[in-house]
Amino acid sequence: MSETVPGKDGPRITQPVTQATLVKKAAPKSDYKPADVSPQRRVQRSFAVRLWSIRHSRLLEWFYSRFADMFLLLHPLWKGIGYNRVEGPIKFVEKRVKGFMFDCRMCGQCILSSTGMSCPMNCPKQLRNGPCGGVRANGNCEVEPDMPCVWVKAWEGSRNMVHGDKILDVQKPVDQSLRETSAWLRVTAQAAAAREAANAKTGASA
Amino acid sequence: MIGRQRDENPAGIHLPLEPLPGHTSRGRLERVLRRGEFAVTTELNPPDSADPEDVYNRAKIFDGWVDAINAVDASGANCHMSSVGICALLTRMGYAPIMQIACRDRNRIAIQGDVLGGAAMGVANMLCLTGDGVQAGDQPGAKPVFDLDCMSLLETCRIMRDNGKFLSGRKLTTPPQLFLGAAINPFAPPIDFRPHRLGKKIAAGAQFVQSQYCFDVPMFRTYMQKVRDLGFTEKCFILCGVGPLASAKTAKWIRSNVPGIHIPDAIITRLEGAQDQKKEGKQLCIDIINEVKEISGVSGVHVMAYRQEEYVAEIVDESGVLKGRQPWKREIRRDDQMVADRLDRILHDDITETQVDMVKTAH
Repeated sequence: MSETVPGKDGPRITQPVTQATLVKKAAPKSDYKPADVSPQRRVQRSFAVRLWSIRHSRLLEWFYSRFADMFLLLHPLWKGIGYNRVEGPIKFVEKRVKGFMFDCRMCGQCILSSTGMSCPMNCPKQLRNGPCGGVRANGNCEVEPDMPCVWVKAWEGSRNMVHGDKILDVQKPVDQSLRETSAWLRVTAQAAAAREAANAKTGASA
Repeated sequence: MIGRQRDENPAGIHLPLEPLPGHTSRGRLERVLRRGEFAVTTELNPPDSADPEDVYNRAKIFDGWVDAINAVDASGANCHMSSVGICALLTRMGYAPIMQIACRDRNRIAIQGDVLGGAAMGVANMLCLTGDGVQAGDQPGAKPVFDLDCMSLLETCRIMRDNGKFLSGRKLTTPPQLFLGAAINPFAPPIDFRPHRLGKKIAAGAQFVQSQYCFDVPMFRTYMQKVRDLGFTEKCFILCGVGPLASAKTAKWIRSNVPGIHIPDAIITRLEGAQDQKKEGKQLCIDIINEVKEISGVSGVHVMAYRQEEYVAEIVDESGVLKGRQPWKREIRRDDQMVADRLDRILHDDITETQVDMVKTAH
């Protein structure tokens, strides 16, 4: 089986038809095509909530800083019960809340504040440092043509935020061993540890 | 010795150069760029074969015209000979390859191993890329890895080179000496983020960047203006990507099918109006080179002539970017001649040297 495809240098060349070509041809451009779908993709057609969150990134930034403070205030409670024991219920809530608001993928190391409230794990390439070179002229994704590029939106969202320039920081690669863990609790535990270390330092010097 | 060239190790063409002060690699490309010369790089079309001659023949047509050759890592997510394999062959022959590393197919364990392996073979330049999505290629059922992204890959290579450590913190006995590159695409949205993204890449370790195909010079000029204002041109060498279009039809096909390539309507109209579209495509490429080489901050061009590689020499020659300079070229040396003479005698002279005869003549 073979077909002719336009060669880049003019003359037509003959190539065998691959399974992928057949799948692509079987459906019109707008239809769901398994060949065009990344494994990370959810069965989802609407990005309305995600886009709302990005439009209101300033509000969410303000809200999250209050929320993080509250979580830190509750540190004695978490410590009392045990971080391991609260992990389960907190994760349950976090996954659903962030899942609804941002289409969160539970990478466990949330950087929404640095990415204009647009979750970078929704990028089919899971880029955490900015858009790839394949963004379409209309601002949509190269891999998923009907999805607005996560990073185009992230840049828009970050422009509304007070600390929006955090988008310019270079992010470390994802630690896959932290998947499906609560980022809220980790941030709180780290902040508490930092606070205690600072207190110990000032206590020692006083 | 016959024809010793400027950037060549006297002990053998396949050996790395002595490092110069302030240089991070032992390669020719870094020397050319740091000397302030206008660099020319190109891309080798990777063969779908296991024959080394295919690589040598494809590299040969660039001899004396380019400073470095990109060994692509399954570009467009299409399967070809690996970039590590191509680099192994090219370094053997004394070429200066730029080893492309894409994050699509390998995780951080494999990539760090390849960086060490490549550097050990004598690869001095590495280009860190995210890579096209698997949906674009011939095997869309493959698992996209994307364990690192181009930025964290750059940082990983920089840490290996400067700190002599793996990402895990484990020590390297001999760190790789590398000239690190990245790719930029000034022609895709979000346009105002693109210069800042270059800044991030420089912060992560990029020392040179190659751009996506440039067909829209005013757009590139605006980008360069912004990049100069941010002061990035002093920290990084920028090579503008150019290439000939075979016809208006090809241009249209690329525009609608290859992600990230921006071709303005004016270009297509110009090609359509030409008698010989292929020739016009080449002329267009030369015109673009002549325009971009005048933009301040542009340190070279990256000529991508996919399946038109024979045009690279003509394009470089006719655009005159080398200003009379000749990049490294493989030349015959005295010892090569000796080996050739001896081989010729063994192959063609009618000598019957059996061991019995040799013993007889010795007595």
